[in-house]
Amino acid sequence: MRWLALLIVLVLAGCGTPGGSSGDNAKKAQQQEQSSKKIDVAKAGKVTLTVWDQEVRGGQRRQISELNAEFMRRYPNVTIKRVAKSFTDLNTTLKLAVSGDKAPDVVQANQGRPTMGQLVKGGLLRPLDAYEKAYGWADRYPKVLLDLNRFSTDAKTFGSGDLFGISQMGEIVGLFYNRTLVPDPPKTFADLEAALAAAKQKGQVPITFGNLDKWPGIHEFQAVQNRYADPSQVRDFVFAKQGASFDTPENQQAAAKLQEWAKKGYFTPNFNGVGYDPAWAKFGKGAGPFLIGGTWLLRDLTDALGSNLGFMLVPPADAGAPPRALGGESLPFAITSKSKNPDVAAAYIDFLTDPNAAKVLVQTGNLPAMPTDAKPTEPAGVQVFDAWKALGEGDGLVPYLDYSTPDFYDQITAAVQKLMAGREPAKAFTSGLQGDYEKFTGSL
Amino acid sequence: MTRSPGEPRRVAYLYLLPGFALFATFVLAPLMHAAWLSLFQWDGITPGTWVGLDNYKAVVSEADLRRAFGHSAVLLAFYAALPIAIGLLLAGAASRARIRGLTALRTVLFLPQVIALAVVAVTWRLIYQPTGWLGNFDLALPAVGLVGTWVAYGLTFVLFMAGVQKVPQSLYDAARVDGAGALREFFAVTLPALRGEIAVALTLTTIAALRNFDLVYLTTSGGPGDATTVPAFEVYQRAFRGGEVGGAAAIGVCLAAVIFVLTVGINRVADRAART
Repeated sequence: MRWLALLIVLVLAGCGTPGGSSGDNAKKAQQQEQSSKKIDVAKAGKVTLTVWDQEVRGGQRRQISELNAEFMRRYPNVTIKRVAKSFTDLNTTLKLAVSGDKAPDVVQANQGRPTMGQLVKGGLLRPLDAYEKAYGWADRYPKVLLDLNRFSTDAKTFGSGDLFGISQMGEIVGLFYNRTLVPDPPKTFADLEAALAAAKQKGQVPITFGNLDKWPGIHEFQAVQNRYADPSQVRDFVFAKQGASFDTPENQQAAAKLQEWAKKGYFTPNFNGVGYDPAWAKFGKGAGPFLIGGTWLLRDLTDALGSNLGFMLVPPADAGAPPRALGGESLPFAITSKSKNPDVAAAYIDFLTDPNAAKVLVQTGNLPAMPTDAKPTEPAGVQVFDAWKALGEGDGLVPYLDYSTPDFYDQITAAVQKLMAGREPAKAFTSGLQGDYEKFTGSL
Repeated sequence: MTRSPGEPRRVAYLYLLPGFALFATFVLAPLMHAAWLSLFQWDGITPGTWVGLDNYKAVVSEADLRRAFGHSAVLLAFYAALPIAIGLLLAGAASRARIRGLTALRTVLFLPQVIALAVVAVTWRLIYQPTGWLGNFDLALPAVGLVGTWVAYGLTFVLFMAGVQKVPQSLYDAARVDGAGALREFFAVTLPALRGEIAVALTLTTIAALRNFDLVYLTTSGGPGDATTVPAFEVYQRAFRGGEVGGAAAIGVCLAAVIFVLTVGINRVADRAART
């Protein structure tokens, strides 16, 4: 027993306050900002950049391997050591990796408070504003896309402040439709509802949907939410602006509408028990007229449906109104505070997002976030490109709700499952989530 | 002074040292560290704040967590009680009849234990797909539980079979001579003989039930809603996603304490029963 007591004392003595060594972030950030500059990489000497990314699927993998190889060809003095992880793996291991002694130089840090916010709070990411000016990144993106990668140095404010990363690809969550079943795409939200009712009447599954994985429900809710809530309302909520709330009449209407659709049988039967992948695969086999999905499915769905595949944004209440859609950009590339070669890392990030990169992205079947003249050949691909352009010009991109707080993802996904199963009325849905949200905003 | 050979000597501790060193490094130290972390509010990155026992108060007071522990209690029935009942039934039946190809049967029944749980979970997700049970608020928890039953009953059966085989045939013969039927024979001979094995099976399956994470994570992610969340899943969510390392550590410590108390209780009861 004496030994055990001694051991306990030893272990506790070795602990101290967890995380106690991280210092004053604001000062650190300022120092890093001042030393940032655009350099000639060829003259930087022998450099190894360790990069953690999650570009592991099909076209994503192709573009990053191609661009990495090209960068190393152009600058033979630079070696890129790539560590590829799946999205989930990256998100759960990144914090430990970046706070460790052998931190990678460049990482993909997901937008929002759960990942990027926490890394910024710990002073683990380098502010990129000096690079932004030196390389002119502001010209490459619509403002909202840069704002999504901005935080104040204490991470209390999201959506403004310093820039901590830039992304390669855009993504939109919209309506994929099957041209053989939808010859005349709906122009208004009412048209869409009529089309859903008609499809139901014919015995089709109007919207193919699988929510066993929990997160797809966010997309269904936001698809309907955009019909009622102005993009500024959702952005203010995500960025936790003063007075922002989830418990608004617009959100209640959206929740009630989504519940009504579920009740009327507009979704795949038993959707809470159907996986995401089996669901879109079924749509690819012609299961029904519509699928609410992200542009990351474009490649696979094009392979399945060919020229019968169509893509459109969820139509607005009034025909011809400015487009709105849930969407954003792929995970931003950020530079860690511990990187010994931040200037080379910045040049690398610039290279991944320049006009040449945009061309490579198009060739490999991706949707570049930055403007480009290159265009895909398939009809649905062209529709995606046009929608992206229209959303940029009309400032209609609405960010994912799960960026809002560190655990909003768990809360909203569980709540949408309850809402759509009719276990919780619309009012309880919005007020319950508002309660969770306030717990976080109260701590800011 | 001379010692008689059987008397304990201090040098014995030396022999324990290597094992203890391993245990201390990989079990005790992390456990202490977790207990230490559970006293802080800590996001895993920035300096933590001392909150004393607040995280433990939350374990008791938060409805979400109470529900998670409640789900664990339900899963105990599926992971421990049901497999032991099935295992006993099979072993009882096997003790009466000579089964041809018993080795092959044992292997087949034991197979779920050998397969990685991740594979089991993905397979059952597919099996359940047409039924929609995993998406049903009332059926999801029993559906996950049944997978646990399927995994565990092979283990209990093999354990009990080994136990039954060491029961002297003469006891069965005597019971039959006394005119005992199948049921009577089971309760008078088989069940008492298996006391030790039951304790082992109960201990193993209880631990498996309470620390269950992979099955829930891979089949339902705690859904639909929060119908299948369990404490270990909450630990993962909070520590690696929500940035509440302190709260997660507190749940972990509580879970470890519950498991410890239950397993000690099981073995106490079994010991006492063995003595009487």
